[in-house]
Amino acid sequence: MKVSFPHMGTSHIAFKHLIEHLGHEAVVPPNPSKRTLSLGVQHSPEFACIPFKILLGSYLEVLEQGTDMIISSGGVGPCRAGIYGLLHEKILKSLGYDFEMLIFEPPLRGVGDFISKIGRVIKPGGVGWIEFIRVFKITWKKLLALDETEILSHRIRPYEITKGETSRIFDQCLYLIDQAQTQGEIEEAKIESERKLNAIKQKEGYTPLKVGIIGEIYVVLEPFINLDIEKTFGEMGVETHRSIYLTDWTRDNTVFDGEKNIKKAAEPHLNQLIGGHGINSIGETILYAKNGFDGVVQLAPFTCIPEIVAKSILPEVSKKFNIPVMTIFLDEQTGKAGVQTRVEAFVDLLEHKRRGKGA
Amino acid sequence: MGKTIGLPSTLTYYSYFPFWNKFFSALNYEVVASPASSKQIIDWGVKETVNDACIPIKLFHGHVIALRDKVDYLFIPRMVSVDGKATFCPKFLGLPDMVRASIDGLPEIIDQRIELKRNTHGLLATCYKIGAALKENYINIVNAYRKAYIAHFQYRSQLINGVLPGEILHDQTLNVRNSRTMGGINLAVLGYPYEVYDPYISVNLLQNLAAMKVNVWTAEMVPDAILAKYRYKLSKDLFWHYSNKVLWACYYYLKQPIDGIVHVSAFGCGPDSIVDKLMELETKAHNVPFITLTIDEHTGEAGVLTRLEAFVDMVSYRRERK
Repeated sequence: MKVSFPHMGTSHIAFKHLIEHLGHEAVVPPNPSKRTLSLGVQHSPEFACIPFKILLGSYLEVLEQGTDMIISSGGVGPCRAGIYGLLHEKILKSLGYDFEMLIFEPPLRGVGDFISKIGRVIKPGGVGWIEFIRVFKITWKKLLALDETEILSHRIRPYEITKGETSRIFDQCLYLIDQAQTQGEIEEAKIESERKLNAIKQKEGYTPLKVGIIGEIYVVLEPFINLDIEKTFGEMGVETHRSIYLTDWTRDNTVFDGEKNIKKAAEPHLNQLIGGHGINSIGETILYAKNGFDGVVQLAPFTCIPEIVAKSILPEVSKKFNIPVMTIFLDEQTGKAGVQTRVEAFVDLLEHKRRGKGA
Repeated sequence: MGKTIGLPSTLTYYSYFPFWNKFFSALNYEVVASPASSKQIIDWGVKETVNDACIPIKLFHGHVIALRDKVDYLFIPRMVSVDGKATFCPKFLGLPDMVRASIDGLPEIIDQRIELKRNTHGLLATCYKIGAALKENYINIVNAYRKAYIAHFQYRSQLINGVLPGEILHDQTLNVRNSRTMGGINLAVLGYPYEVYDPYISVNLLQNLAAMKVNVWTAEMVPDAILAKYRYKLSKDLFWHYSNKVLWACYYYLKQPIDGIVHVSAFGCGPDSIVDKLMELETKAHNVPFITLTIDEHTGEAGVLTRLEAFVDMVSYRRERK
């Protein structure tokens, strides 16, 4: 069976591993491109957020390659993304595609449903449960290795002497991790990646500005949508810290709740879960301010409801904790030059603010 | 009369005003509803909100400003859920926080969280908390609650009988027709109550339809028990209270002898991007004409009217040919 899944940051490397080891052919969605977006936009509701459009575009691209099954995730709301799988399926079926869509809801909402859906995936490949759990554990290791390597790359990029070197090395690291098949090989690939990244020639005695990146998960994770904002900052010599990685997202929402601190910090300003990463955006801004960051950038898709609520409240937080916040809403019309200009202006502002502090 | 309490006349106003009005009046408060939406009110709202907010939220901020200096308390409950399942749109959930962060010089805000499970006693407990915060005693609160509940019940049955909220809440005569015996075209006008029933942001939609001799049917005219039957048409409920109502009403009206469906939606409305697409796919499958009217603070009456007239013409032509 040909199986595909959504494209999200670097996670496709791990998901490809999972699908292939369950005895299926993995159709890896191509990196989102202008074509993906225009395919998606054509068939999406106008005011759906950009993750919806990109996902629909990539589903159309993988269906062209003869995919039989698409695996995606659901959600409990009130963020719209929890309904997206259902609507994607309806739209694609109305366009005449014949395939199966498997939407995984968080296991705590219905264990039976979750298990029977896993059964739907592993049975046709002839894989047993014990084998599935083994493969799943390795996939998780791969995800962790990917995230840890990426975190390191963002830490090193602002210090690089040759511009673009970190990104080049990082691509090599992704290849290494992609090739690793067993737990041992993944561990080796990770160590090798760290070695490669650490070997990059770095500036000494330099303290970069530190910027926290917050906002909606998909636009934060997918560089095509956020126009490589972390790379842009990094190459301007600014260190970025991203609040969300897929590995902590999955941990928090499926099994236990490890975000108590963020929610507690947000409480005086927003005392209600509003779906998506709305409350996180408030809480994380406060935590970044308390941890000596110079600024915060909020990334959100145009019409994203939770982030609009967060944006309304952020000016108050920004004033109270004296931390500059820049919000960038992204959609299919957003241009790279526009974002670049705003990023440059923001960095100027942060530099100015830091000098003012020193004097 | 005691102190004054302000209720912004938008968002949940069209669903729950009679309840809160009776509740607070029975507790001896003077209830002040903000004036009908106007250019001035929307301008105030636009000035204070982030540009990405939708028009209903901007309008709400405008209504809060209209009440700001006139009342001792503002009642902005945090509407989380009224049936224990669906929540309201995230913007409703964060509404009191958004208002506080955006507008200065506010009177005291009563922002009691309203999160009811399936039984109605939850509402009494919630009302008790509101009353207790105003230092009322238990007997008075229960009495006020009882009166309010009756008022709400009466209001709901009037709506189901086809009376429009504007006729009850503002004593307007709208002459909107909705009797099958009168003949003419039947259109289901679906959308959130704060859009459909607010003549300012819907640019006189209902009046214009009445002038075209169209019978208007809305989601509020269908009893909840009947709407709830349509929930299993989708494998998963939508997350939002009003969106579910609109979608289920769409499914309901598609089973009735209806000539077309008009969906009223705000520019950039998150939940509606889903609702609208689902309605579009469903009406297409039933071969029923469907039009989406998107409204925002720049919507002009002439533009909407032209589209509406074209739609009604098309529907009548279609009917003649049948």
